[in-house]
Amino acid sequence: MEPQIRNLVDISSTAAALQGHADILLERARWATTVFQRYDRQTTMNIVDAVAKTAHENAAYYAEWAVRETGFGVVEHKKLKNELTAYPLVDYYRDEDYVNFKIDEARKIVEIPRPAGVVFALTPSTNPIATVNYKIIIALMTRNAIVISPHPAARECCVDAANKLAAAAVAAGAPEGVIQIIDKPTIPLVETFMASEKTNVILATGGTAMVRAAYSSSNPAIGVGPGNAPVFVDSSADVVEAAKHIVNSKSFDNSILCTNESVLITLPEIEKQLIQALRAAHAYICDEDDVTRLRRLLFHERGFNIECIGRDATWIANECGIRVPGNTRILIAPITHIGVEEKLSREKLCPVLAMHVASNRNQAIALAKATLRMTGAGHSAAIHAQDEQVTIKFANSVEVYRVVVNAPCSQGAAGYETHLPPTFTIGTGYFGRSSVGENIGPHHLVHWTRMAYNTKESMNVDRYRELSQGFNGPLPTAPSDGVPGSASARRVVTATVHSQNSNQVDATTREQIRRIIAEELRDILKK
Amino acid sequence: MSQAKLEFLERSKYFWNPGKTQDWQDMGIDLVIDRREGYYLYDMDGRRLIDVHLNGGTYNLGHRHPELVEVLKAGTARFDMGNHHFPALARTALAEALAACAPAPDMKYTIYGAGGAEAIDIALKTARHAAQKRKIVSIVKAYHGHSGLSVKTGDERFSKIFLSEDTQGEFVQVPFNDLNAMEDALKKRDVAAVIMESIPATYGFPMPHEGYLPGVKKLCERYDVFYIADEVQTGLMRSGEMWCCNRYGVEPDIMVTGKGISGGMYPIACVLVSEKCGGWLKEDGFAHMSTMGGAELGCVVAMKTLEILQRPAISTMVRYVADYIRNGLDDIMSAYPDFFVGIRQHGLIMGLEFNHEQGAKPVMKHLYDNGVWAIFSTLDPRVLQFKPGVLLTQKDAEDLLRRVEIAVSLARDEVMGKKQRWT
Repeated sequence: MEPQIRNLVDISSTAAALQGHADILLERARWATTVFQRYDRQTTMNIVDAVAKTAHENAAYYAEWAVRETGFGVVEHKKLKNELTAYPLVDYYRDEDYVNFKIDEARKIVEIPRPAGVVFALTPSTNPIATVNYKIIIALMTRNAIVISPHPAARECCVDAANKLAAAAVAAGAPEGVIQIIDKPTIPLVETFMASEKTNVILATGGTAMVRAAYSSSNPAIGVGPGNAPVFVDSSADVVEAAKHIVNSKSFDNSILCTNESVLITLPEIEKQLIQALRAAHAYICDEDDVTRLRRLLFHERGFNIECIGRDATWIANECGIRVPGNTRILIAPITHIGVEEKLSREKLCPVLAMHVASNRNQAIALAKATLRMTGAGHSAAIHAQDEQVTIKFANSVEVYRVVVNAPCSQGAAGYETHLPPTFTIGTGYFGRSSVGENIGPHHLVHWTRMAYNTKESMNVDRYRELSQGFNGPLPTAPSDGVPGSASARRVVTATVHSQNSNQVDATTREQIRRIIAEELRDILKK
Repeated sequence: MSQAKLEFLERSKYFWNPGKTQDWQDMGIDLVIDRREGYYLYDMDGRRLIDVHLNGGTYNLGHRHPELVEVLKAGTARFDMGNHHFPALARTALAEALAACAPAPDMKYTIYGAGGAEAIDIALKTARHAAQKRKIVSIVKAYHGHSGLSVKTGDERFSKIFLSEDTQGEFVQVPFNDLNAMEDALKKRDVAAVIMESIPATYGFPMPHEGYLPGVKKLCERYDVFYIADEVQTGLMRSGEMWCCNRYGVEPDIMVTGKGISGGMYPIACVLVSEKCGGWLKEDGFAHMSTMGGAELGCVVAMKTLEILQRPAISTMVRYVADYIRNGLDDIMSAYPDFFVGIRQHGLIMGLEFNHEQGAKPVMKHLYDNGVWAIFSTLDPRVLQFKPGVLLTQKDAEDLLRRVEIAVSLARDEVMGKKQRWT
């Protein structure tokens, strides 16, 4: 008979149990980052590169798994995103240095990087693996430890992927526990992690409720709000190119990125031409009846029908009885209102794009702003135009922190196909009730201690370049005395700083002194 | 010292234990533990101490670990000590949990005591029954408890005073780390068991030489002697593995665990025995009885302790704490090489060696004055027992080292006189 583990008294849902569970993981992370902060830049980057390699090699494997587990998105596009969050992400920040002192001779300032420490990261079900990759990599680049809380709907693939990346990191020399993931996340457990004083910063990507909970946790948080990107196609645009970009973007991973275009706004003079170009790019333009059906399918009383998240255009058309050609990539729903009276002007994480024809440019901008008043403040918008007067006016008016110009918004706002920082956490800033308005990157996970000299004093801070930065690497392994192979005399007692500076007491002399004192002591004790 | 404490100490001497109360005052340790939480003790006058004594590992998980408190409280809704005459849900459940992490594959039964000493007595009786021999071999300066049989295995310091030392020649002691002496003691084949702490705690953690413990086990096999591992202080992940004897490659016939097994929340101690040793349990299961042994509330707490200790993060924690503390102690040792002369270490089991026959006492005193509680080794006062807990935080570890450096420096000056500072 095999012994079985029985739980006669179940306390698993009590505050004490949740706290106990969180404490151990977070404290292990604290130890890991403490040791990690002894590492130099080269070692750090070797670890980052090893993790990126593993992420890249497994991009397809986890793309397939994520789609299978969540039912969201397109394998091929998820693979691409998983790859983008490996090498390209690392390469984007490769030349940034988050490890060494920064020396500013002119201002006589020396800056010392101070990693956040323990990063608690929520990852969504929509972009599970890409977000796991991305958050792990930015944490490692800055020598932080990270504890990931996966969305329950994408738990299995995330746990497997994070453990694989953790193993790769440790194999490359990272301290054990630098990457951890919660096996069985529950809301009370996640709240416990968020509120723990052992958490230094929360990186919250996910639903609004979770993001608000992160901000309410009492810990520093970088949380981001939802998107609802308007895209304006101006009369000065290259309409054919614009249509291609929009369809590519909207169909990319079935619109599961929060940066996807939600409402297309255009002008009467190019309406026909644009529709033609959209059709040519395999968009299906709905008629009034289709729009009614779509609205009914996509929006329930309580909000967006999650069944439709990340589904492809033909699946959605089929679900609501719209007959579309088999090669349809997106559905376009013409609407005549933007705002509370038109549900289709809300965020839609599926390849359905609302379309509204404005009477003029001013009205178009007003409609774009109205779209963002629904949701998506601080997030993203796109414009297709050749006239810079128009683009600047648009960008200066809409309340977002990134405006993608003449490019697909899904990818472009997240830093792919544009030179914005590649990210899976879009800072929605003050417009969007967030602390950061940029694309979140490694620089958000490190603060700097700044040493500042008197402006009047002459001081060459360049001297700091020659000083040790205390990169001692991993801790030496403590001995297990008596266990074969565990050396007990593992460390020659090194000459201390004291002895170097002073009366040239070398090791031999000190050993002699030690012996003399010991003998004297023995004599005293004998008496 | 507050008036309240003074008065309390008087009452302690009057009603509880005059000698022990006074001895601590004489050593300059006026500690009366009041509040306690995690690895902190608070004296009744409010002073905080970081606990690296842990009462021999009892508080391995910290004082009043919240999950243990919770499980004990919840446990009282269903259980009390139970009735030791009958099969009991919690006793069997803990026995299964122990069997699942036992130090040897053939270990099967768990027999319970209310405390470590009773458990040691059970282990010795079990071995005697199985071997049908009386002799027990332990090491010189061994310490296995204070009950009838256990006290005889140890130093006479604790038995003679009660006229309870062995007078029949049934308890033999041999020097630690001496395989020849061990063989001499065993080769007549009249020995029932060797009882061995993997690292003798109260003797200041002398470390077994490479091959010593496996050598003893081999001798046991050669001369038909049972090997009893006393893992009361060294078990429960303190070595980085659940049982320290396994780290040395020893699979015992009988193993005793106590102290930390229930995190200091409810008394219980356990004896794991192999099928081969546990014959009396079939022959006459009523032969050893203990009303409080295996109290079901204790079983409930012990199961939670084992569950916590087996979480995957714990072994990493042990390594980090061990490496970090060692690294810091090495620095301190190199700053005071004439006084702080050695570190004995296996994981979180550590003994700090000082260059004076009573050297650990002033260190203990100065640590106490500087907010750290660690105790000298009763049977080798050159050595300070230094036992950080498995869940020690990085913050506390850093603070601990800072305080140790100060205390060692002060103790050194006290013992060896002010030295010329090199700085």
